Amino acid sequence: MKRYSAFAIAREAARYHTGWERAWASPEPRARYDVIIVGAGGHGLATAYYLGKTFGITNVAVIEKGWLGGGNTGRNTTIIRSNYLQDPSAAIYEKARSLYETLSQDLNYNVMFSPRGVLMLAQTHHEMRGYQRTAHANALQGVATEFISPERVKEIVPIIRLDGPRYPVLGGLWQARGGTARHDAVAWGYARACSDMGMHIIQGCAVTGVRSEGGRVTGVETSRGAIGCDKLGIVVAGHSGELAGMAGFRLPIESVGLQALVSEPVKPCMDIVVMANTVHGYMSQSDKGEMVIGGGTDGFNSYTQRGSFQHIEETVRALIETFPMISRLKMLRQWGGIVDITGDRSPILSKTPLEGCFINCGWGTGGFKAIPGSGWGFAELMAKGRSPLTDAFSLDRFREGRFIDESVAAGVAH
Amino acid sequence: MLILHCPHCGAEAAETDLTPGGQAHLRREGPGASDEAFEAYLFQRDNPKGVHFERWRHAYGCGKWFIAARATDTMEVFGTYPAQTSAPPRELLDRIAERRPDWRGRGEA
Repeated sequence: MKRYSAFAIAREAARYHTGWERAWASPEPRARYDVIIVGAGGHGLATAYYLGKTFGITNVAVIEKGWLGGGNTGRNTTIIRSNYLQDPSAAIYEKARSLYETLSQDLNYNVMFSPRGVLMLAQTHHEMRGYQRTAHANALQGVATEFISPERVKEIVPIIRLDGPRYPVLGGLWQARGGTARHDAVAWGYARACSDMGMHIIQGCAVTGVRSEGGRVTGVETSRGAIGCDKLGIVVAGHSGELAGMAGFRLPIESVGLQALVSEPVKPCMDIVVMANTVHGYMSQSDKGEMVIGGGTDGFNSYTQRGSFQHIEETVRALIETFPMISRLKMLRQWGGIVDITGDRSPILSKTPLEGCFINCGWGTGGFKAIPGSGWGFAELMAKGRSPLTDAFSLDRFREGRFIDESVAAGVAH
Repeated sequence: MLILHCPHCGAEAAETDLTPGGQAHLRREGPGASDEAFEAYLFQRDNPKGVHFERWRHAYGCGKWFIAARATDTMEVFGTYPAQTSAPPRELLDRIAERRPDWRGRGEA
């Protein structure tokens, strides 16, 4: 792999950019691999990357039904934060956030991580108490957050209206090293690094069945023939239930639609991410100047990658109350993704009833920010059989009542 | 916007008049049930990409619960029926089978 650098740009400029190579190869699938990962989104590719980089397992294939990063990795609002209440959540999200800090250098691919700061508004007394508690918990967990006053909120976000009619801003939970990253680049960067390690990324290849022998996984059937493996990692977000069905077990997961939208581009007016969870809306400004807006999930199961119109209306109505200056913005486009929501709204990174088969799912509405940490933990789980990062997120917590009371992936703003 | 026929009051109810209630026809486990059975009752849900049976309440209408058979991949609605039953009506199942010959039945994804 040729490294990207300022020198490479100069070199290619001098020869009409004829020397750039493809970022990743598209090989024919082999008959078997040590590890197959189903799903070439951020989580799947990150898993493959850390399997190779940290645990030396490079005979890996990542199989993708559609195209690389074409699911929720390309559909989210790119927010990165780790200000969670419970220890297991804070640990895996902070691992992810800290890996994002150096991901561009690590991958030699600019993922445009921008630690611009994430502010979660407290707009009810309940939220005040909740976020103060979170700030205290974060101090103990080593996650840098602070609870700030409305005056400080106004200082950080001058366009905000503090004294809204329904929900005045009473304070905020501020994570200065949270922010955003370029979502596609995260998938592309991991894919390029995986391909460089000799892993196979096989796009346009749908898994149609899971093969097993004596309770142990032996491979998958795909639209391009059967492929054998020792270990199988299912990392397919909204379609987890479908894959679990092929592997012969059920999940505490329902798939629902979640929407986002962006406005026409405007001049820079807000240089942080603001989340208003009481009114279900959150907003940031992209480098192109568009206001990126995310809202709530639908209340019913869906695989259609579109959502109900009234959720957009609710979200925009709430944001206009908080940011009156956006009231005349035209919306450029709107889209939906299918998110997998678990019984306790926290993810599942776990062994499964089928030996050798592992599942990483249930990230619901908050998956993008977790990609590097999720990949790291899941790779360790697959390579060694357990990982301190994923212990609490096992499937059997539902039977044992060990829920993670977090609403990490709740059907609200993330 | 999703529009469902309320089998109680006969209204064509828009999504904003309705409250979703999750998977229909769950069987409640009682005392003495195994941990597995109770886990399945509490948390494990049908999540098919296709025909799904789900509970709805006509919240801003007559206030009553009913069940809808809907395709989660196309949003096609096959029919609705009152919630006071433990299984879908035969004629509705026939209608679904006619529209979706490959459908393997409820709970079979």
